[in-house]
Amino acid sequence: MTIISIRHMASGEKGTIVKVRAHGEMNRRLRDMGLVSGTEIFIQGRAPLNDPVNIKVRGNNLTLRNNEADFIEVEVER
Amino acid sequence: MKKKITIALAGNPNAGKTSLFNQLTGARAHVGNYPGVTVQKKEGLLQHDGWEIHVVDLPGTYSLTAYSLEELVARNFILEERPDVVVDVVDATNLDRNLYLALQFMEIGVPLVIASNMMDMAESMGLKIDLEKLKTLLEVEVVPTVARQGKGLDRLLDSVVRVAEENREWRPKNIRYGPDLDIKIREISSLLMESRFPTDKYPARWLAVKCLEGDQEVLKLVGGDEAVGRKINAAVEDLTRHLRVTLDDEPEGIIADQRYGFIASVTKQAVTTEGDFRRTISDKIDLVLLNRLLGPIILLAVLYAIYHLIFWVSGAPVAWFEAFFKCLGGAVNSIMPEGFLRSLVVSGLIDGVGGVIGFVPLIAFMFFAIAVLEDSGYLARIAFIMDRILRTFGLHGNSVLALMIGGGIAGGCAVPGIMAARTLRDPKERLATILVTPLMNCGAKLPVYAVLIAAFFARHEGRMLFLLTLISWGLALLAARILRWTVLRGEHSPFVMELPPYRLPTFKGLLIHSWERVWEYIKKAGTIILAISVVIWVLMTFPALPEDLAQGFQNQRRQAEQVFLAGPGGKILPHTGALNEFNEYYQLFQTKKVKRTGEDFQRDYYALARAVWALAQGVPLDPELEVDSAPAQGYLYYRRRIQEIGVEEAGLALRRSFGGRLGLLLEKITRPLGFDWRTNIALVGGFAAKEVVISTLGTAYSLSATEEEASKSLAEKLASQPDWNPLVAFTLILFVMVYSPCAATLVVIVREAGWGWGVFAMFYTTISAYLLCLAAAQVGKALGLGL
Repeated sequence: MTIISIRHMASGEKGTIVKVRAHGEMNRRLRDMGLVSGTEIFIQGRAPLNDPVNIKVRGNNLTLRNNEADFIEVEVER
Repeated sequence: MKKKITIALAGNPNAGKTSLFNQLTGARAHVGNYPGVTVQKKEGLLQHDGWEIHVVDLPGTYSLTAYSLEELVARNFILEERPDVVVDVVDATNLDRNLYLALQFMEIGVPLVIASNMMDMAESMGLKIDLEKLKTLLEVEVVPTVARQGKGLDRLLDSVVRVAEENREWRPKNIRYGPDLDIKIREISSLLMESRFPTDKYPARWLAVKCLEGDQEVLKLVGGDEAVGRKINAAVEDLTRHLRVTLDDEPEGIIADQRYGFIASVTKQAVTTEGDFRRTISDKIDLVLLNRLLGPIILLAVLYAIYHLIFWVSGAPVAWFEAFFKCLGGAVNSIMPEGFLRSLVVSGLIDGVGGVIGFVPLIAFMFFAIAVLEDSGYLARIAFIMDRILRTFGLHGNSVLALMIGGGIAGGCAVPGIMAARTLRDPKERLATILVTPLMNCGAKLPVYAVLIAAFFARHEGRMLFLLTLISWGLALLAARILRWTVLRGEHSPFVMELPPYRLPTFKGLLIHSWERVWEYIKKAGTIILAISVVIWVLMTFPALPEDLAQGFQNQRRQAEQVFLAGPGGKILPHTGALNEFNEYYQLFQTKKVKRTGEDFQRDYYALARAVWALAQGVPLDPELEVDSAPAQGYLYYRRRIQEIGVEEAGLALRRSFGGRLGLLLEKITRPLGFDWRTNIALVGGFAAKEVVISTLGTAYSLSATEEEASKSLAEKLASQPDWNPLVAFTLILFVMVYSPCAATLVVIVREAGWGWGVFAMFYTTISAYLLCLAAAQVGKALGLGL
């Protein structure tokens, strides 16, 4: 089990959020959308230029820019 | 006696709140603004079971923090206006996140009814929700609905009424936040209650939690009492320090985690899913539509298809409208006596407004297409694909909606486009979007392009319009980039966005959605443009030609008469009276309204008329008639002279009018662009409304046109003007595309962003247009394209 940021996850890979290292508005925004510790996520895919990323969270799709996704540490099975 | 209550509709964006609102209130919604802010407020009234229910649609929110205007507005409405019931529209396929908001309502304590919406989608996703369990665990009424199909509404309203009847006090729910926080919360609550804070309005515990969350508005509120404020701040700092050391986290984070924890424990008991992360149908579709390679290609194909479809479908209605207005113009022309009033009605009103209304079908179809994109969920995909590119220019994926409504595909209106920019959270990105949306090819500019293209680029219509679409996007992106480097420097805002599942839009929903925007456009046309057309007409008609000059032209006409009467024609029509009679007769003859009669008098006229007509058409004369070609020639010559005099007179009158003088004055700076005084008047009119550009050109060329020419379209007239050529036409198109937003748009910009930006928008666009067109004209001339 390793901990990586979403940017380094592959399409189709899943993992569990360990920590959200954002502050202020970014923090709140991510949390509002349900990206909190303990949440399971699944990488659905990425946009043509690799940015943003399409993530499945609690049965729904969220899109995040890579530099926003960098705030999220995910535990994956590798 | 009717019982009245007020309910507030709340919920996440995309949860179906708007659908529910529309279903409940139908077309009887009243749209306004929340006091003092640019946040839209929709209200409606409905009757249920003897109750009169006033429904207020709160802005869609994910939370009730102080970070965004919408959330503050929603929160304040509940705390200040104290609605009887809040209906939280929850997306059943996304229960956890949607309940996050519901929980916050529960912490405030307002009577709540949860509408578990989109139950049909939940079922198709394999979700089984035990609503009774949910109700028990949350201690809140939960009603299943499928708002789009209007299901569950009665049950929902029954629940609402039941809850309202209980009329109980607000009972805030106390969520446990863990030992560290709970102690501090109790501490701060007591402080507040001791200090005689209005804790009946603002529940003490709720305030305490907000303080720990670092909620700026609440902190400001409690800071009102200095002593208490200081103690609370101390408590918050103390806790923050403690948590950072022990848990490496902030109070805000822990509070969010705990809320989700509570929700998860509830949903774990009430919801069962089939399998983990099942790839839904939406996901499967996205594998194709969001594919690296296929995605953008399909997007371009879709936009191209919409583009062509719109033009193809609206072609017939637009033609009908045009024909109708032409007919109307002709009818009024023949019914009304000659004079200022007739001129006003025909040249001013009918020509002016007709051109605009004629395009309503196109605009309507365009808005409908956009509504399809929005409601189906594809628009979110467009934002997803385009975000990276738009970000390079300082915009945001969501900017794409505003730009498309503004006319990004072809046809639209900047007014609803700019209002759509409200979805952009970051003020700088929002401003940049607002400032470049007017560069899109809106429905007002299309008639201008259409006429100029028809006149000078006749065989390349489709290609030209496509090129113009590309140019407008290019200029908009470039402008946004420059603006974001200069006057609007700043960071990007978070992009975190939902990708809603694909849905088949309902026809009713699409109609409501697009009708709102079409109506805005028609209102604008009916009012501003009508007014402007009248003003322009006045400017171009007054001051009228002075007596002596008018007399001069009358003399010329009399002279032409004399020439005719002295010639061979004078034998058939011996005096002015007969000549005038014949003029009327020929008019009727041309429109085939006369018949042969037995009277000699008529026969002479008939013979001559036939001869004139034959000569004019180049058809051989009928040898049975006793008129040879000489009198007919003489008449034709006379008519031509009269026309020439008419053109000269009208042209001179136009030049001497206020409008003409202004146009001539501006010629000094517009000469290098290839624009003459008539174009200048049209462009000045365009400051008020872009549609006016073409109608003014039409009026300018029709007021100074001969009878025969009047039946030609403006395109044909322009094509035959000596000082017009493809380069001039293209330069004019560019100028119209870029220069100042129309009055209606400026009004909206001022409303959304303030006077400063409104003025800025007007100047930066006009100056840019001038420089751009100057360059284009010079380059074109240098390349020899001018001729």
